[in-house]
Amino acid sequence: MEEKLILEDGIEVEQVYRRPETLTDVPYHYCPGCSHSVVHNVLMEVVADLGIQEQTIGVAPVGCSVFAYHYMNVDMQEAAHGRASAVATGIKRVMPDKLVFSYQGDGDLAAIGTAETIHTANRGENILVVFINNGIYGMTGGQMAPTSLPGMVTSTSPYGRDVSMVGYPLKITELVAQLPATYYVTRQSAHNPNAVRKLKKAITKSFEYQQQKKGTCFIEVVSNCPSGWKMTPVETIKYLEEVMFPYYPLGDLKVPKN
Amino acid sequence: MEKEIRTEEPRLMKGNEALAEAAIRANIDAYFGYPITPQSEVIEYLMFEVPNRKDKKTVVLQAESEVASINMVYGAAGAGARVMTSSSSPGISLMQEGISYIASAQLPCLVVNVVRGGPGLGTIQPSQSDYFQATKGGGHGDYHLIVLAPSSVQELADFVFDAFKLAEKYRNPAMILADGALGQMMEKVVLPKDNSLPKVSKPWATTGKTKDRERNIITSLFIQPEVMEKVNLELQEKYAAMQSEVRWEELNTDDAEVLLVAFGLSARICQKVMDLGRAKGIKIGLLRPITLYPFPYKRIAELAEKVDFILDVEMNAGQMVEDVRLAVEGRAPVYFKGRMGGMISTPDDILNEVEAISEKLNVLHQ
Ligand SMILES: Cc1ncc(C[n+]2csc(CCOP(=O)(O)OP(=O)(O)O)c2C)c(N)n1
Repeated sequence: MEEKLILEDGIEVEQVYRRPETLTDVPYHYCPGCSHSVVHNVLMEVVADLGIQEQTIGVAPVGCSVFAYHYMNVDMQEAAHGRASAVATGIKRVMPDKLVFSYQGDGDLAAIGTAETIHTANRGENILVVFINNGIYGMTGGQMAPTSLPGMVTSTSPYGRDVSMVGYPLKITELVAQLPATYYVTRQSAHNPNAVRKLKKAITKSFEYQQQKKGTCFIEVVSNCPSGWKMTPVETIKYLEEVMFPYYPLGDLKVPKN
Repeated sequence: MEKEIRTEEPRLMKGNEALAEAAIRANIDAYFGYPITPQSEVIEYLMFEVPNRKDKKTVVLQAESEVASINMVYGAAGAGARVMTSSSSPGISLMQEGISYIASAQLPCLVVNVVRGGPGLGTIQPSQSDYFQATKGGGHGDYHLIVLAPSSVQELADFVFDAFKLAEKYRNPAMILADGALGQMMEKVVLPKDNSLPKVSKPWATTGKTKDRERNIITSLFIQPEVMEKVNLELQEKYAAMQSEVRWEELNTDDAEVLLVAFGLSARICQKVMDLGRAKGIKIGLLRPITLYPFPYKRIAELAEKVDFILDVEMNAGQMVEDVRLAVEGRAPVYFKGRMGGMISTPDDILNEVEAISEKLNVLHQ
């Protein structure tokens, strides 16, 4: 990336970072402080770094990231709510040598699309699933998600999630990790620079495994939602660390056996 | 299966199997489906047969549901594949959201509905009660499928080719609307020639963004109403252009005084009615719509000018008859004869109806 640049006023500077060609020149519509934009960046940086833009096909979900294809400069399909992994299956099966990822929220992946999620992973579809778990339905205005924490106040659990009525938050990543055909299952975050570096490594590994036709790679990113949680971005980081991570502990759930 | 499968000799085949064999010969890239009676033989045949065809690279996958099947079809069609699914009524109902997305994103594909009696879980016996669902859209939004209605095992096989031709020409999902009897019965069939359906170029497909083009996006999301309206207008223009593909068959309409209108299996029964009636001196003709969308409104209107009355025969509570009435616009009286829930009118039932109507209208046919 490093190269010399001459600014308009003649000053010579060194460019150490720039928008990768895998991102379009469109400003994100996401709320300030939302993880979606960070994860988009990291994902597309990896696609650029690995030089796989021409082979990569993405699937956008229904959710806040429904417009992921506005920003990701790769061929993309927009799936029906919950069906991204089925759409990804269709793409991958007819083009087994291409690299396919789905990008899905928790409502999409762990509520309406649970069957597709489990069965795609159970078949070991050779794709990458990026799962943004922000514990809430962001796009529709902050309703309870299958992953909302006990007691969490949302617009459809205004007195807090009552687990005696609606059950406990679904740890779908743990379920996916149990399935023999999944290859690499990990839970990451994107809330500070160190976490972003780790996330980037996980995504890089996943694409490499996919190139080696190893099976399903599944990355949960425990994320925030300042608008849905009704918090400032800084407060959401605290909530992540104090409330979300204890319930959704970060780290690998399944790593390849050597 | 036998070696003779590759010869062009007539064979005796079950409808569902002829359909599946035609799909292999049409070089489909992928089939995604979920078992349901009375069409499970389609996926069974493909699963058994495709591994024996060394020259075929067809993907055949049993999905976890019809919801998954149709969304796999969406993904594969968006990637430029020639792809199909098949099911029967309850399964087709489950697919409707996906079909609406496919219509909006303008992806060519084939959906086969081997209809069984409903509503609900209904019966596994044959029915035509999904006519409205097939021809008026089925899912949400203003859209249409191209709908072909076979009335023989031969057509069940042939229409696989016709459906893909039309779907790929118009970038539109096509449906073959059969029924449980057609799917299950065995008839003589001359299979379509292998490899005889050329592939078309699909520059819009998501095959990976190369340096020389912008990225390809498959979507049905047009959030600004001005844009969504424009997309709708484009779709409506396409549906108008599709009207030129209308197909129907006429038998003995030249001198007909009574016109039967029926599609699919009902049309087969009506042929017998016509023969029985003519033997008695009743001049019966038959019009069989082959495409249910587009529908032969114009031709039915022309014939309505010449006949005493029209009897529409279906295996449902009266669905296509609404289109027949729209076509006729009062030019002739239109009657309906149908049975529901998997029951089928016999030729005698229908002929009795013809005679009773003739008597009521005071028209002498002898
Ligand atoms: C079939 C269907 N049901 C419901 C919706 C409405 N809907 C859109 S997005 C969404 C939830 C999205 O939440 P999530 O998947 O967690 O993603 P986020 O917006 O939080 O990123 C819902 C319920 C829809 N579009 N389609």
